[in-house]
Amino acid sequence: MIRLEKRPTPSRAWSLGTPVLAVLLTMIAGGAMFAALGQDPFETIRIIFWDPLFHERFAAFSRPQLLVKAGPLILIAIGLSFGFRAGIWNIGAEGQYIVGALSGAAFGLAFYPSESVLLFPGMILAGILGGLLWAMIPAVLKVFANTNEILVSLLLVYVAEAMLASAATGWLRNPDGQGFPGSRNLARHPGTDNPELFAGTGIHWGVLAAFIAVIAAYVLFQKHMFGYQIKLAGQAPRAARFSGVNPGRMVLLCLGISGALAGAAGLFEVSGPAGQITIDFNAGYGFTAIIVAFLGRLHPIGILFAGLLMALTYIGGELAQLMLQVPAPAIQAFQGMLLFFLLALDVLSNYRIRIGRAAAA
Amino acid sequence: MRTLTRLLAGAALATGIAGAASAQDDPFTVGFVYVGPTGDFGWTYEHDQGRLAVEEEYGDAVETVFAESVPEGPDAERVITQMILGGADMIFTTSFGYGEATNAVAAQFPDVYFEHATGYLREHPNVSTYSARFYEGRAVIGHIAGHMTESNIIGYIASYPIPEVIRGINSAYLHARAVNPDVEFRVVWAYTWFDPAAEGEAAQALIDAGADVIMQHTDSTAPQAIAEEAGVITFGQASDMYQFAPRPRVSSIIDDWAPYYIRRVGEAMEGTWEQADTWDGIGAGMVGIGEMTDAIPEEVRASATELMERIASGEYHPFTGPINMQDGSAWLAEGEIADDGTLAGMDFYVEGITGEIPN
Repeated sequence: MIRLEKRPTPSRAWSLGTPVLAVLLTMIAGGAMFAALGQDPFETIRIIFWDPLFHERFAAFSRPQLLVKAGPLILIAIGLSFGFRAGIWNIGAEGQYIVGALSGAAFGLAFYPSESVLLFPGMILAGILGGLLWAMIPAVLKVFANTNEILVSLLLVYVAEAMLASAATGWLRNPDGQGFPGSRNLARHPGTDNPELFAGTGIHWGVLAAFIAVIAAYVLFQKHMFGYQIKLAGQAPRAARFSGVNPGRMVLLCLGISGALAGAAGLFEVSGPAGQITIDFNAGYGFTAIIVAFLGRLHPIGILFAGLLMALTYIGGELAQLMLQVPAPAIQAFQGMLLFFLLALDVLSNYRIRIGRAAAA
Repeated sequence: MRTLTRLLAGAALATGIAGAASAQDDPFTVGFVYVGPTGDFGWTYEHDQGRLAVEEEYGDAVETVFAESVPEGPDAERVITQMILGGADMIFTTSFGYGEATNAVAAQFPDVYFEHATGYLREHPNVSTYSARFYEGRAVIGHIAGHMTESNIIGYIASYPIPEVIRGINSAYLHARAVNPDVEFRVVWAYTWFDPAAEGEAAQALIDAGADVIMQHTDSTAPQAIAEEAGVITFGQASDMYQFAPRPRVSSIIDDWAPYYIRRVGEAMEGTWEQADTWDGIGAGMVGIGEMTDAIPEEVRASATELMERIASGEYHPFTGPINMQDGSAWLAEGEIADDGTLAGMDFYVEGITGEIPN
């Protein structure tokens, strides 16, 4: 018989090895699915994982696009990793992302048609503040009314989506847009644009911010007392309390950080790749980032790679759609498999598999 | 589709990014960007039918590719660019939200033809826009609804408060009232284009409020299912939704993009394509009225068909005065016809509709 035996401490080798194994298993199971759909599994897998990086025709375009797509995912996931490490579950990053974009865009458009160089820094601050305040709602309610932050933060996503629709069709609508929904284009107005940092790559300030966040989080977790307290609060809440960690303060800080980074990501997207506030501006980054955070084992470097891997499956998935007409839901199922295998294999880092009779049985 | 891959492999040897667009691979490749899944049986389904019609019309001379469920946010520009790098010579972006992205990519690929649905941005000579005069269809189903309602309450599931939707409500109301002066419209704003749960709830709320006819400007079939249970009638939206005929679905407004797609792809292949802003209706075949079932009395079917024919021939325009605005002020004088500019930006209700347009 097969038994699971809890390891005294999580296996380091397995926690590094399972992501790789999960990717391999996804390739096998996904390949079987593609084959069942009548596609050549090897070609499909190659297009998804290899072509965006090395195809002669696409790679020059899609390599920097990987960073552009991964940027907001990494930025949000880094923020989420603080709370997730401490056992504080912000599921509403999507809402904080929207409110950050709305606040930043509203700030920039309030001064329209100003082209001041101070405008973009102000928008970044407004975006961060917007996301931060939106995250403070579940935080404050948790600390002072003992509500569940999972539910409150998630439900606030729907409130934020309603605000987004009303902004796009009402209070932020482009006055020159002939009544059509959508704000003015921020990306094409000097001063409010999130500029390309390297010509022709599409790489913008948000990508840079994501890298800075990775480094900052790494230093915090490795070297700083706050990082240690977060870990302690997550692994041993009682011990944390005895050692002087204030749980309320921890909730406010963790939700605040994740809200601020999600808000910043929203601002960078609305002023860059998306360009404007539209009804459907949010593309699910806030939810995908939850996957990225866990795929990266809540570790900053892990999240960096996880974000890039997710971006690769998106861009490679689009190529597979275009070149082989693999249906989009099959690509989504493929991404789902990745998460499934990752979480399923997670058991290996915490448990040892024993085959044979239990000694005491 | 395999051939495209082979072509790519060959073409890739010769060309870099800049040359990709102009690389004249034999067959002419047309790319379609869809906002929903091709199986939504509504908006995207009809665009995909248009794509298939193009394939059928031109056979081996044309190759088509598509990407479905492409969000209207930051991803659109990348998807369009990849299509072109993959060899597309012409791109149809089939949702309003792709406007900015379409124009941004068009600037980089001046040799590729771009067609953007339901938008207005044509910043480059290689970008055209096209849309359908859905309000012509709404006039016809409004006419039927006015005749059919017994409670005199017509429920209307609206998506977003944008000119396109407001125009539809006004057109349907005017033609329902023309045949039934007591008719009232109840509008629910669902704030979605496609959300079966939300649409179903909206339909139920309208039925609870006494509506015995449900119109929808959202794309799922959920309201049809709710109406079937409640025994009230509906109209198919975007797609025929014939699976709900003969009741609740008694007729439908169908978006028929095939004639336009076939014509424009042909023009692009011949080199006679020119930038245009197309707004076609029933007459040009872009808006179709689905079969009227025998749940509709024969004389109503006849009068609705007559209305449809008068609109198609151009003899009658659904917005012909006298029409007042909701506040009672005059909009169109006797015999005056609304101009396209006002219609395109319509942000007001006509007289008789109660309630406010949310802001």
